[in-house]
This record gives sequence, C-alpha cells and structure tokens, in this order.
Amino acid sequence: MATEITPDAKTEILGEINKYDFRTENEAVFKVEKGINAGIVRQISAMKEEPQWMLDFRLEALEIFESKPMPEWGGDIDIDFQDIYYYLKPTEGQGKTWDEVPENIKETFERLGLPQAEREYLSGVKAQFDSEVIYGSVSEDLDNLGVIFTDTDTALKEHSELLREYFGTIIPSLDNKFAALNSAVWSGGSFIYIPPGVKIEFPLQAYFRINAENMGQFERTLIIVDEGAEIHYVEGCTAPTYSSDSLHSAVVEVIVKKNARCRYTTIQNWANNIYNLVTKRAVCMADATMEWVDGNLGSQLTMKYPAVYMMEPGAHGEILSIAFSGKGQHQDAGAKLVHVAPNTTGQIISKSISKDGGRSSYRGLVRVEKGAHNAKNNVVCDALILDADSRSDTYPYIEVMEQDVSIGHEASVSRIGEEQLFYLTSRGLSEAEASAMIVNGFIEPLVKELPMEYAVEMNRLIQLQMEGSVG
Amino acid sequence: MLVEGETHALMGPNGSGKSTLGMAIMGHPKYEVTSGTIMLDDQDILAMSPDERARAGLFMAFQRPVAIPGVKMADFLRHSTTNVRNPDRKEGEDLIPMKEFRKELKYNMDKLEMDMQFARRYVNDGFSGGEMKRAEILQLAMLQPTFAILDETDSGLDADAVRLASESIAEIGRAKMGLLIITHHDKLLVHNPPKFTHVMLGGRIVETGGIELAEELHESGYERIRAAYPDAEAQNEAMSSSEVTS
Repeated sequence: MATEITPDAKTEILGEINKYDFRTENEAVFKVEKGINAGIVRQISAMKEEPQWMLDFRLEALEIFESKPMPEWGGDIDIDFQDIYYYLKPTEGQGKTWDEVPENIKETFERLGLPQAEREYLSGVKAQFDSEVIYGSVSEDLDNLGVIFTDTDTALKEHSELLREYFGTIIPSLDNKFAALNSAVWSGGSFIYIPPGVKIEFPLQAYFRINAENMGQFERTLIIVDEGAEIHYVEGCTAPTYSSDSLHSAVVEVIVKKNARCRYTTIQNWANNIYNLVTKRAVCMADATMEWVDGNLGSQLTMKYPAVYMMEPGAHGEILSIAFSGKGQHQDAGAKLVHVAPNTTGQIISKSISKDGGRSSYRGLVRVEKGAHNAKNNVVCDALILDADSRSDTYPYIEVMEQDVSIGHEASVSRIGEEQLFYLTSRGLSEAEASAMIVNGFIEPLVKELPMEYAVEMNRLIQLQMEGSVG
Repeated sequence: MLVEGETHALMGPNGSGKSTLGMAIMGHPKYEVTSGTIMLDDQDILAMSPDERARAGLFMAFQRPVAIPGVKMADFLRHSTTNVRNPDRKEGEDLIPMKEFRKELKYNMDKLEMDMQFARRYVNDGFSGGEMKRAEILQLAMLQPTFAILDETDSGLDADAVRLASESIAEIGRAKMGLLIITHHDKLLVHNPPKFTHVMLGGRIVETGGIELAEELHESGYERIRAAYPDAEAQNEAMSSSEVTS
C-alpha cells in the first residue's frame, strides 16, 4: 500500500500549527453509502456480525433520532444528515503491534506522537481511524490483573454479558437527538473494565482520528471501574481540515463503583470544520470519585457537558473544563452535577478563552435532588476575552430541592489586561508571547492537574492557537 | 539628557507627572507623546514597541506592578532575560539554558535576600508591597539594562528593606547603568547620589540642579518650587491630562 501523506498547502506557512492537519491517502476496505436510514443501520450491524439485541437497539435508536427535533439552544447546527458517511472501515482487522497496522495509518499516528507516548508513559492504547479501532494494546501486567481494555465492538463479542448489563443504561437513546444517532450507528470506542481494588498507575489512552471527508465518527465508550479500583483514561482527537463539514458524535458512559476513582481527560483538537456533539455521563457510587478534565480547543462547534450523577452517599464529582474558541469557533461547553444522595460533594471549574471573534459559552447544571441532604457544590467559571470581536456567555442552571445544602457560584469575565500586556512587553516579551503567557497563566490552575506530558501538550496547543492568528 | 553611568533624580509633588514621564519613555499605550523625541543612544525609540525598547536596553521598575496570575516568576524571567540578551530572538527559539539561568537567578535572589521558593510564585500575585519592589529590583539585576527608570522603588518599604533596596540598586547599577530615580525619600539617593536633580511640576521639568537640590527638597518640601512657578502649579492642580512633554 502506498504511503502518502499529503500536507495541506498551508503547512509551510503555518509550520507546526498544522502538525495535526494532514490527510492520509487511504482506500477504505468498506464504506456504506452516504446518508442514514434503516438499511444503512442494518448494513453496519450485519458487517459487524452483531447479535439481534444490538440490531434492535440500533433500530429503535434510529426511530428516536428521527422523531427528535434539533436542539434549539446551544450553537447553530447546520448538518445535512444525508450528506455524511456513517460507516467507513479503514483496514481489515486490528493490529496488536504497530507493524500489523498498514504503513500509511501507522505513519499517521507516528506523526501524532502516539507510539512514542505509548512507549514512554501509557499502560495501554487504542487508536481509532474513522469508524474502526485499528490498533490496540494493553500492557501484560494489566492483562494479568484482569483489566479489560478493548474496543467496544470486540467487547460485544468477547464480553457480551458485562457489556449488555451496562450499555445504554447511563445514557439511554432517548436522552437526546445525538445520543440517539450515536446509538443507531455507533462504531468503535473503548470498553474498559477495572476489577475491584486494581489501581492503574499510568493512563490508558485512546486516540480518535477522523481522516475522511464528510465523515461521521460515532465511537461508543463504556468504562466500568469496580469497587476500590482506580483509573485515568485519556483521549485525544484530531482531524485534517476539509472544506465540507464532518460530524463527531460520541457517547461515553462511565460507572464508578463504591470507593473507586476515575479520571477521564479529553484533549479535543478537532479541525475547524468538525461538529463535535458529544454526550458524556458518569454515575458515581458510595464514596467514589469521578473527575472529568475536559479540554476543548478545536472544532467549529462543540456542545459537550460532561455529567456526574452522585447516586450514593459520599460520592464526589468534579469537572474541570477548558475551552478555547478562535476564529469561526463556538465552544458551548460546560458541566452537569446531579446530587441524588446525601453527603455528596461536587465541584465545577470552568475556564474559557475567546479570541479572534470566537465564542465560548459555559452552560452548567447543578441539581440537588429531594433527599440529597447536606450536599455541597461549588462552581467557579472564569472567562477571558482577548479582543473586542470575541464573545463569552454563561448559562448557569441551579436546581435545589433540599434546604440543608451548600451551593456556591462564582463567575468572572475579564479582558486580557492592557496593563498585563504592557508589563510583560516592557520586559522584552513580544506581544504574542505575552498574550500566550497570560492565557497559559489563566488556565494554569487546571493544567497543573494534568500529568506532565499532557500539561506540556496543552500549553503547546494554546501557544499554537495564539500564534495561529498571526499567520 | 541621561548619560550611561549617570544617576539622575526626578522629584516633584504628587501628580506632577513623574510616573507619566516614565511610562511614556517605556511606551505605555495609554500615553501619547505629542511633541519631542526620546533618543536612546542614537536611536529614536518613539516608534518602537515596549518590547523593542526593552530589548534596546531600557527598563522601568514600576511603582505598582500588575499581577499576572498563573505565570511563574521563573518562567517569565527566563523568557524576558533571553529576549533582552538576544534581541533578535524569534518566538519559539531556544531560551537560555535552564542551568545557567537558575544559577544566575539564585545568585541575584541571594543578594536580595529572597528565598528561591519565590521564583515559583505567580508574577506579583498576592505579593506584599515589599515583595513587589524586591521583585522589580530582581528583574533589574537579571536584565542589566543600559538605562533604568526606578519609580518609587523605595516606597512602602520599612527601613531595613529600603537600605537593602538602595544598596542592591547601587551595586547593580554601579558605574555602567544610567539611572533615573523617581523618589520622595533620600535613602535611595544616599546610596545612589544623583549627578542631577530634576523637579517636575504640572507635567514640566521646572528646575534642574545638582544633588543639593534633592537635599533641599527633601528637607523643605515643594513650597519654594510651587511659589516660583505659579503657571506650572496651576497646571499641576488641574492636571488630569495625560500629555507629556519631554
């Protein structure tokens, strides 16, 4: 197979900003027709040789998708659902070593730095290219401990009982139009099971790459962290830029059992022609902790509100959200914390940056259900606006059904200070360097929560965003 | 007007335009220089941005430096030291080596009796008045400018801190740096005796003298000056304009 990676014409001018913006020549081994209907859904299910219950699940979801109107809040969604490829199989089978992956796709992920990261600090890796996971590995140690880290299609075959018990229970197809769409046409994604008491020191990582044009990527991730276990899962997302739009619509369900801990980190750097409409939700049992660390830098429109439902006493939910909107981008990002049980605690910290006409919105829900006595919740959202063309909005919703609770909400909006810029430039920093430093300082309280490698990556991405507008 | 190696004092009552003059020289965007030129060596710096001025060897220690949350002193200083020493450096090019930088930073911090922990704090964020001034002097020491404007670098400090600040500045600036010291006190000037003293009133330099002028003003205040220049005094009272003549 020919190895051909076509750099975008802009690459030379913009240099490293387009590290992620290259197209890989790849002839799909199987591709459904454009558009969505029951025939397409049946075809995907048949292709994957799925059991009847999954086909039924998909068809029911398709009906829900078709019956639900488009959301009227959030961002402007202008998607022609009949102009998208819903399933595109890039290769035959999945590699367990990178040598088993076709050269061109292997090279794609090498350029993105995944094999190197895997060698240096990851416990396991999944790489998804368009609709399928084309590479998967997990360290032997984890295998021996009974950890399952596989793609969701394989899990449906090999761990069907475990999967069926939880699949679609946290986010039912009825939840929203895009969750229904994902349920109808899902493909790929990660399935993780961590047995009781197993604590994983190094992160598991998945990398989602959309390569084809007019593509829809609908991965489906399910993570079960059993009692007393701990895991950190990281996902990265990129795509090359095309003139027409693509759609990424994932569903991620997480179950964190008693005393367990899960941290789920996303660094989303989609190309600016991608609609990123994702539903992520976790349920958290007694004394368990769920943390979403959600970094949104790319896409044309992101609508994503990771949620934690604190179901039993002592559960703790935490969401750290960073959104960066540049030219032509709208990040409608936020968080949801639902206190169902007493003595549960939650925290949301959101930092958004808008630049060059970009728009960042914080949309958050804090809900304390009847009976959730002594719940404590605190929300801090800070917005930084870099110029007069850019915009920031805050939509905080707070619903409290109990009296003896503690709820805090702080919000601030600031413009990048002329005084701060002057101070730094008067010490020899260029204006671009000074702005990048101020922005990195602004998100520092969140970035320092990331493992070092990701913190470096995040700072670098911000730097690129800041420089991008200059070119 | 200011020659390398010379120290000048700039004095004047509150609101007379001393800080404004400093800001205009440093290139603050809020101030527009409507007439006159500012030369550094043979270069007219008026067309330069503040970072170009800094790279050309100009420095100002601010009276009330602004806080930059999340930005560590050490990171900031490493960037600025690199740029000032290597004026042609483009963004993204190498910074001065960490080891070399840390050694130099430690040397200067020790001299200023600052704990190395300080380098990890965010720039001016939650600093006490004294810490702020010390951080400004630290930057002066690291950047080694040709000309430095010190805007009340001794105010808000206790006696010991003023002594330390004065001695440090004298040592840093010894013989090579041109200093323009804006001050109300005389401590700084005892350690850094000015060759010339300029008095500002109503946005103008109304009188220039030697060290004895600074001593006189320190002892007797500005009554004589106010009486001698009624126009400037009236202007001083009315001053809300941000124009500066230099």
